[in-house]
Parts: sequence; C-alpha cells; structure tokens
Amino acid sequence: MRKVRTIPVGRAEAVRWGLSNGAPIALGYLPVAITFGILGRQAGLSVAEVTGMSAWVYAGASQFLAVKMIASGVGLFEIVLATFILNFRHFLMSTVLARKIEGSKPKAAALSYWVTDETFVVASVHAGPESISVLSFFIMALMAYLAWLTGSFVGGMFADLIPVRIVDGMGIGLYALFIALLIPSARRHWQFALVAAASALTAWGLSRLAPGLSEGWALIAATLGVSALGTLLPDAETDE
Amino acid sequence: MIWLLLAGMFLVTYIPRLIPFLFASQLTLPPWVQKWLKLFPYAALGALIFPGILGAVPGRPALAAGAGILAAVCALFIRNITVIVVLAIAAVLLFQGLGIPL
Repeated sequence: MRKVRTIPVGRAEAVRWGLSNGAPIALGYLPVAITFGILGRQAGLSVAEVTGMSAWVYAGASQFLAVKMIASGVGLFEIVLATFILNFRHFLMSTVLARKIEGSKPKAAALSYWVTDETFVVASVHAGPESISVLSFFIMALMAYLAWLTGSFVGGMFADLIPVRIVDGMGIGLYALFIALLIPSARRHWQFALVAAASALTAWGLSRLAPGLSEGWALIAATLGVSALGTLLPDAETDE
Repeated sequence: MIWLLLAGMFLVTYIPRLIPFLFASQLTLPPWVQKWLKLFPYAALGALIFPGILGAVPGRPALAAGAGILAAVCALFIRNITVIVVLAIAAVLLFQGLGIPL
C-alpha cells in the first residue's frame, strides 16, 4: 500500500491547521448550542443539567431529541435507545477516522469522544487523501467542544432573554460548512459529486417512503448503501 | 434521574465512537473496502445536507435552501470555510431582520 503523506508536517503547522479548521465548526456550533440550552431549559432542565448533557453526551442531534422526549415525558430507556440509534453513524465515522489520524493510537482513541458529524467531515474531506496528525485533530476538536459547551451554558443561562427563533435560524451555519466542504471536492472528482447527490436523494427518498424509519437509520442506510454502490465507479485519483 | 439519563446517553454515544479506534486502525482491509471507506465521507456529506437543510430555519424552507445555494455559489470562489459560514448566517439574519418573506 502506498504511504500517504501526513498533513500538516511541522508542529506549528499542525496547530495552525487545527485552529483554522476548528474555527468554522466552532462558529457553526455556537448558535446551535445556544438553541439547545434554551430548549433544554424550556423542557425543565437546570443550567447545570443542560451544560452537563453537552459535556457528557456531546451529540447535537441526540441532545435535541432527548430534550424533546424529556419534555413529552418519555421514559429513560427509550431515550437512551433513540440516542444509540441516532448516534450509531459515529461508529462508521470513527472507523474512517481511526485510519486517517496519524500518530499515537492511545491519544487518538482518547479523542474519539470528540468525533461528531462536523469534526468527521472536516477531517476526512478537507484533508483530502492525506492523513492528519493527532495534534491537528485535537486542536480542531477542542475548539468545537468548547464552543458546544459555551453555547449550551449561555443558552441555558439566558434562556429567557435570547429570541430562540433567531438563534435557531443561525443553525444554517453548519449546513454552509457541509456545502463549503463538498463543493471543492465535487468539482475535482465527479465521482464524489455523484455519490453525495445520490446519497442525499436516497436519504430524502427514505424519509418520504418510510416515515417510520428513524432519522438515524435513514442516514446510515443512505450513506452506506450509496458509498458501497460508488465502489463500482471508476477510481477517483485522489493523490494529485 | 436526569443524571442517570446522561450516564446512559454518555455510554451509548461514546462506546460506538471509541470501538473503531481500538481495532480498525490495525486491520488490513481489502481494496474494495478501502474504496468504500474513501467514498463514505462524501455520501455522509450529501445525506447530512439534504433534506435536513430544509428545516434549518424554522418554518422557512425556501430561505434555508436559498442560504444553502448562496453557500454553494460562494464556495466556488472562496476557499475560506469560516467566511462562507458567516455569509450564510448573515444572509439568514438579514432576511429574518428585514422580514422578507422568502
């Protein structure tokens, strides 16, 4: 197997990569976390519980779902099960990242706690075919985590003062992040564009055809199925 | 009770994230699996963007889609992702602030 280069090369460069790639995630997380803090308080949680959930669980979609379920009086076991299903995609993302992050294995394993949709796509797509260093991932993911905690605390603390509809709409930032990551790769390799488009349509189709299917399973099925079919396409020459 | 729930949620979110790091990096995978894993992030991106984006701005799917298209167009010219994130948020705030019914 060809040995892939690790970016960035030096230590200072690794830190800079982490900072510049962590910034858009942190920026995208802040309003979403603030919204979570507000909704958590509205569901009857305390500021400590809201911040604690962000610190321990650290899984956006699952936290929103849990808060909604708490508010409607759903039992503990069902919430934990729903969280497991919605978050199981991170198992697949970690599988990719475990092979992508270069350096100390125990350190990388410790950082697995910080694998999210956003840290995953930035590390895997933005770095392209190259590996990324543990340090780069650490800095990037630390910024994301701190933004998530800060936002949750602020949202919980000032739940009565912040107009939730306005901050909620700022959640568009994360979609802009995904789109900004996808466009350059899609322009370089039509295979990537096709796979992304087919997966989006499949996820949409599944949500229409099988409304009973949870969001978590729809995402996993679309992503795994379409990327498997994509292996039939001619190779994207990723090492340019 | 809430803290017990958090402990449960912690376990079911952390364990699936951790396990691949303990095993997957040592495995030698056949080429087609490697190709599969290489395409996986792009498929994930597609499914994460759509249809979720339509619900990004509460009650205003057209505005959310418009901001998404703006981000896509900007991404053709701007390489800095932070700038694109800021532009998309600013566009939504502007339309909400001005009360433009998109």
